[in-house]
Amino acid sequence: MTNSRRFWLAVAAPLGALVVAFIVTTLVLLLTGSNPFDAYAALGGAFKTPRIVVNTVNTATTYYLAAVAVAIGFKMNLFNIGVDGQYRLAAMLAAAFAGGAFMSGLPSVLRIILTLAAAMAVGAAWAGIAAFLKATRGVSEVISTIMLNAIATALIAYLLAPGRLAIAQGNNVLTQPITEGGYLPNIDIPGSSSQLYTLIFLAALVGLGYWWVLNRTVFGFSIKATGLSETSAVASGISVKRMVVSAMLLSGAIAGLVGMPELLNGDTHAYSLNFPAGIGFTGIAIALLGRNHPVGMVFSALLWSALDSSSNSLQGAGVPKELVTIMQGVMLFAVVIAYEVVRRYRLVLEQKAVARTLAAARTTGDPNEVAAR
Amino acid sequence: MTMTTDPEPLARPVKKKARTLGPLAWVGLAALGLLLFATVRQLTGATNLTSSGAIQAAIGAAAPIALAGLSGLWSERSGVVNIGIEGMMVLGTFGAGWAGYQWGPWAGIFFALVCGALGGLLHAMATVTFGVDHIISGVAINIIAPGFTLYLAKLLFTNAPGGGQKQSPPVSDVYRITIPGLSNWLGTIEDKQIFFVSDLAGILRGATTHLSVFTVLAVLLIVLSGWVLWRTRFGLRVRSCGEAPYAAESLGVNVIKYKFAAVTISGATAGLAGAFLVVGLKFQDGQTGGRGYIGLAAMIFGNWRPGGMAMGAALFGYTDGMQLYDTGGAIHALLLILAVALVVVAILQMRRGHYTIGAVSLVIAALSAIWFFSTDDLPGQLVTAAPYAITLLVMGLASQNLRMPKADGLIYRKGEH
Repeated sequence: MTNSRRFWLAVAAPLGALVVAFIVTTLVLLLTGSNPFDAYAALGGAFKTPRIVVNTVNTATTYYLAAVAVAIGFKMNLFNIGVDGQYRLAAMLAAAFAGGAFMSGLPSVLRIILTLAAAMAVGAAWAGIAAFLKATRGVSEVISTIMLNAIATALIAYLLAPGRLAIAQGNNVLTQPITEGGYLPNIDIPGSSSQLYTLIFLAALVGLGYWWVLNRTVFGFSIKATGLSETSAVASGISVKRMVVSAMLLSGAIAGLVGMPELLNGDTHAYSLNFPAGIGFTGIAIALLGRNHPVGMVFSALLWSALDSSSNSLQGAGVPKELVTIMQGVMLFAVVIAYEVVRRYRLVLEQKAVARTLAAARTTGDPNEVAAR
Repeated sequence: MTMTTDPEPLARPVKKKARTLGPLAWVGLAALGLLLFATVRQLTGATNLTSSGAIQAAIGAAAPIALAGLSGLWSERSGVVNIGIEGMMVLGTFGAGWAGYQWGPWAGIFFALVCGALGGLLHAMATVTFGVDHIISGVAINIIAPGFTLYLAKLLFTNAPGGGQKQSPPVSDVYRITIPGLSNWLGTIEDKQIFFVSDLAGILRGATTHLSVFTVLAVLLIVLSGWVLWRTRFGLRVRSCGEAPYAAESLGVNVIKYKFAAVTISGATAGLAGAFLVVGLKFQDGQTGGRGYIGLAAMIFGNWRPGGMAMGAALFGYTDGMQLYDTGGAIHALLLILAVALVVVAILQMRRGHYTIGAVSLVIAALSAIWFFSTDDLPGQLVTAAPYAITLLVMGLASQNLRMPKADGLIYRKGEH
């Protein structure tokens, strides 16, 4: 296959999924008596406001981190559904830690690093339970992380109460807000009332690290090898159990970072009842949409958050903003189905190519050429 | 396995001692369990452990969990992992709310079934027809279902009388059974607080008072599913698709058809589980609250079998209902019961030679006993984690006894083996 053909086959699935999502949402709009043009105009028009663009990039930062956390697992056929519980528990405990009075005396840089490290440690520890159960008892990580998500929710509900790790403030309950110096400054964008999160650089760093580890290190090679074929990985001397544990811990550590842009760059500088939830599942969708590729996931994170950020504008067109969720869900469905279809089509193409060369070799009567192929 | 010319392969293998228990043994076990609860109630004074009100709440909480578990059972027995139960339940709640407020609860239940089945069909199409990873399809359904229903709710319920943006108008309740003489008579016995007798009376009274017809239907469905899956030709074929699809295919079973049927039934059952939350109340955004996952947990707890699944659902429903109803430290007393149960597990595991697991169970038993004696109450937020923690414990401590369908979660492609 030529390179350009390979590229187009790779891009065909996501593009096709976009088109399908577009068609389905148009049908939904028509069936529910709304004008599709108004709805799409409202969505597109939202981006004339610089604030929406900045919000899109900020949210994408969070989504991208979640996607990388999921993708690490995907690369070796590990399904870390637990990113959701891992990041929420990590954000909550890191927020309580960073809001502690003892932190105020420390230099700012140290405070940030300690907070990030705490979040990563909590995320890794929570994922570590699933890793431990998988390595020692063969428990499926899918089921154990689903359970751990729910346990994390309960634990957070317990800890996030006045008198434990939180304080009451009006209708809200939150951890002790981080004092100045413990959080990060933001970047002013001219014309926008929102500021750009500085942790976008951390997300970029994580993406770069993800690419480097997977493509330039023995560890990354072992991860990919285990994912492609466990038996051949074992045959080449890779300890699958060790890979499971380390990949899961790494995934959990990155998951721990997911809540950090909101905590250190957001407005409240605390973990509250309003802290965004469910990003772990968004991360799964974005990793799938971006094919676990470090750059592909940037685009899918931006697309997903662009839809989220502009959804409020739909109300102006008289359409419930959940239209965006439908669009995202259809897109996800369409893209995973499209990947399967493209994969099979590619197999057929390869088989045909092999058959052609074999036939050509046979007519020329050169047995060496047949063998060489 | 090696092929040797053993002279004995023709001889019948020695029949292993049957591991299944007879009906009498089950009654004995239930009596022992009740004795444990009665003892703990007597010692701690937590009357709610076996009070009829708490049992009533527990039954109400257990039924949707059991239906969700049943949904998982149907799907996974055919070899398709279904973590989209939660999303299919959400579809069910919407169907029940939309039809229920207009044409009564039974119409709501029917539409919940249809909406759930549509979710199941979607899952079947993605996983069976297109060979998409089962978990991914499930996650996608869980993402799309709440968004889709909320979208429709905003359009359909906002201007309905008594409805709102995120909730439907109220749906009336189905008939509730109270056995007239029996309920009161049991009530007087329950009030006397006699050891064991009053406990039994409390449980019986809870089960015969104000019992929803829907709950009876749910129990019948579980029995029926067990019968269909294990005693009929259709069920055998469904299970063969979950155990060895290619072997089934070679015997002429249309694997794709059976998987489709089972996953659609799974969706319909999940829809019913959703309807259970709506009937007598109303559709509300987010009202499933993770019960789909608890149902999944109940199914795993019950080792992919209907009886075990029902026991898991009863246990999880009990902790759930207890939490709603608790006034007198009953939840706190559950810690002690957990400790005793873990000691039993430890003894059983050690007798089979699993000493490490036995020791771990003992340590956890000791920890929960210490927890019980060093505190006066158990915060409700932590109790919500109980079903999940128990399932993790079961998987960690007794995973060698768990056996899921052999081809569960594997992608089947016709004729590719």
